Amino acid sequence: MSEQVTEPLLSVRDLSVAFHQGGNTSLAVDRVSFDIRRGEVVALVGESGSGKSVSANSILKLLPYPSASHPSGEILFNGKDLLKASDAELRHVRGNDITMIFQEPMTSLNPLHSIERQIAEILDLHQGITGPAARTRVLELLNQVGIREPEKRLSAYPHELSGGQRQRVMIAMALANRPELLIADEPTTALDVTVQAQILALLKTLKDEHGMSMLFITHDLGIVRKIADRVCVMTKGKIVETGPTAEIFSNPQHAYTKHLLAAEPKGKPPTSDLSKPVVMEAQDVKVWFPIKAGFLRRVVDHVKAVDGIDLSLRAGQTLGVVGESGSGKTTLGLALTRMISSKGRIAFVGQDIADYTFKDMRPLRNRMQIVFQDPFGSLSPRMAVSDIIGEGLKVHESALSDKERDARVAAALEEVGLDAATRWRYPHEFSGGQRQRIAIARAMVLKPQFVMLDEPTSALDMSVQAQVVDLLRDLQTKHALAYLFISHDLKVVRALANDMIVMRLGKVVEQGPSEQIFTAPRDDYTKALMAAAFDMEAVAVPAVRQ
Amino acid sequence: MSDVVSRATVAEPRAGWLTPVNQRRLQNFKANKRGYWSFWIFMVLFVLSLFAEFIANDKPLIASYKGEILFPVVVNYPEEKFGGFLAETDYRSDFIRDEIQANGWMIWPPIRYSYNTANSNIPHSAPTAPFWLMDAGERCSGYPLGSEDPGCTLGNLNWLGTDDQARDVTARMIYGFRISVLFGLALTIASAVVGVSAGAVQGYFGGWTDLLMQRFIEIWSSMPVLYILLIIAAIMPPGFFVLLGIMLLFSWVGFVGVVRAEFLRARNFEYVRAARALGVGNLTIMWRHLLPNAMVATLTFLPFILSGSITTLTSLDFLGFGMPPGSASLGELIAQGKSNLQAPWLGLTAFIVMSVMLSLLIFVGEAVRDAFDPRKTFQ
Repeated sequence: MSEQVTEPLLSVRDLSVAFHQGGNTSLAVDRVSFDIRRGEVVALVGESGSGKSVSANSILKLLPYPSASHPSGEILFNGKDLLKASDAELRHVRGNDITMIFQEPMTSLNPLHSIERQIAEILDLHQGITGPAARTRVLELLNQVGIREPEKRLSAYPHELSGGQRQRVMIAMALANRPELLIADEPTTALDVTVQAQILALLKTLKDEHGMSMLFITHDLGIVRKIADRVCVMTKGKIVETGPTAEIFSNPQHAYTKHLLAAEPKGKPPTSDLSKPVVMEAQDVKVWFPIKAGFLRRVVDHVKAVDGIDLSLRAGQTLGVVGESGSGKTTLGLALTRMISSKGRIAFVGQDIADYTFKDMRPLRNRMQIVFQDPFGSLSPRMAVSDIIGEGLKVHESALSDKERDARVAAALEEVGLDAATRWRYPHEFSGGQRQRIAIARAMVLKPQFVMLDEPTSALDMSVQAQVVDLLRDLQTKHALAYLFISHDLKVVRALANDMIVMRLGKVVEQGPSEQIFTAPRDDYTKALMAAAFDMEAVAVPAVRQ
Repeated sequence: MSDVVSRATVAEPRAGWLTPVNQRRLQNFKANKRGYWSFWIFMVLFVLSLFAEFIANDKPLIASYKGEILFPVVVNYPEEKFGGFLAETDYRSDFIRDEIQANGWMIWPPIRYSYNTANSNIPHSAPTAPFWLMDAGERCSGYPLGSEDPGCTLGNLNWLGTDDQARDVTARMIYGFRISVLFGLALTIASAVVGVSAGAVQGYFGGWTDLLMQRFIEIWSSMPVLYILLIIAAIMPPGFFVLLGIMLLFSWVGFVGVVRAEFLRARNFEYVRAARALGVGNLTIMWRHLLPNAMVATLTFLPFILSGSITTLTSLDFLGFGMPPGSASLGELIAQGKSNLQAPWLGLTAFIVMSVMLSLLIFVGEAVRDAFDPRKTFQ
């Protein structure tokens, strides 16, 4: 493909995107230029809000016009300006010459149509292939994207497929008309690490087989290093650095690129210390959800979300719970904090709490706190930050005067690194990282001994993640907190947890000091997880589902 | 986070009784110009109508009689005092008027009729047209001395004409507006309290509570309201509170659906779970975390319920099953307009009052809804 280097397939020149809302105009993308040559993979890297998705969407003019507009720029595809193209011409390009795959495989397929119908529709639309010919082609595509037994899957509906399979179907749809350019907008962000590795491997093979170009949008530098030929680093609507992948990683020029590269969670977990008092202890914890069937709703079986787990957690230490989605790690955390009912012994600071009712638990709630995954969902949008943080104080320390409570709230905000004067604002005025700090402040203001952290970093940008990890570690050393750290992100777990449980389908796969598990994993599943998380390698292990 | 600055603890000054949160809501409310103006217009009309006795009455506001200052509008003086024999003084009669004027003076409200005062000096048979549709001679022809008569003053003329019982339409309109708004407000607030509580309990607890209450509501709301009203009207004489009670029995159901849906949706929100993890009690969670969610849905609903209640009262009055005969009501005015097509001022007055009132309420409702929306951006 090197002979075609002179003429880029896609050339974006000085592209700007502006959004108008209620008399306000904001510039989301500011004079961005980049080229994609034939057979090349270009990655557009940046944190949320940097304008990378907006840039990619404007290539196919998928923005909400007329509230979006392009004050400057041109997008030349095969020498033709797409920004000036008519709707009819654009429709021909979309799904035919240029195709897109999106982040959320759950919502980008129509839940009411079968897989066959959705893929065949594109074939019919652009190539006029129908009937048996279409079916053959659909089967061929499903084979290509690695769906096992495609004949059986033809009549399946999206809800019958796993997240990874759905993303494969999306890729099959994108490949259906042999596009010249594939735009992948965070295609693996919503997937588990092992599945992510498989999808990346698939995209790489497909690109090599078809000689396709790819524009890959991501915030994950690990993926970039794995798949891209060239990188464009974007921040605040501008491309600050462009260059070959190897060069950018070995010799970053711009300060922001350096900042991004340094953003990996760093630091060491607390050292295991058996002399510390045990805060949380559990034996044979089981959470079974009954499956009822028949006219009398008899219990025929159980979904074993958590199936016999033992653990013990000491003050000032962190127990990491690792597993893919559906492995029961959050359910385990909720059972330990008695938010859902469970079987087995649970002891909190020596007190057996397994049979406590919700009322019995109330006096203990200030000593065990939860920080939830989604900082956008876990803060009530209708309460000011001071009310959100002060709510627990009202329950547990009702003797406090308004003034004292306000001082405690302000102190908690300062402790998590936020300006105390911001406590009168609403959550929506804060960024994701700031919101997570507020959620942490809400837990910390009660001076807990045990904190369950349910994926506290996974909704955040990479550099913010590192800051939150540092914050959590500082708080832990300061207050000798015991953390139950639930995550699917092994890098964060390595930086925080000194002990670790690897969970799969409600059961423990491997349990022990994290140092030992990271350096010498014994179980095949753990090995596959590690390979996928750290090297983005898909390991063919029967333990890993497709 | 580079934008995080660590500053000394400064308490944001709270202006008066409003927290910053409520100040922002107020600002949001004001930002909706149409709603804001509608609110003030409606408040002025409503407050004025609350003092209807001082605007339209058949008693003078203040009178001076033989050196004594009297307040006939608030105090009931027997006619004896002025040399008559009735238990209640008819200040409009020529005899009393001349007697007081000979021994002092009196100040009348702008309109010298109450809602049930009949004009005994109408120029021709009732209903009579507004005075400005007649020439000077004709409008005073009902008085003994014609246009020279001292009784033929602006306050005594019928600004919007009279109805078929020679009662002043302006006075009836003012009193009718007041009773409509009061009835609507009372019914809306009462049914919101009942309906929101019922919906909240159903949505929050779910399961059997929800199932049983939902079935009960289905049966309850399929009752024929109008027939029940007719039956009850036959047993006890309808009045303001009887009507309010009967209407409340059925109108609270309207709120249950939206509130229940909001609570069902929101009870699994992460911040509700977070509140449970803090040890917050059920009632507090419902009140503090879930109710504000449901409030927007309720508030969106509120103006419709309010205008609906007003319309219901009006239509019951129109049919003759509403307020007791003789009381001021817009529905009765419409009914009169229907039976007296030759007197269009009856129907037109009722129509204009109804439409202005309902429009203002809807505009205010929209602005209130905007004010409670935290994601609303305003400049």
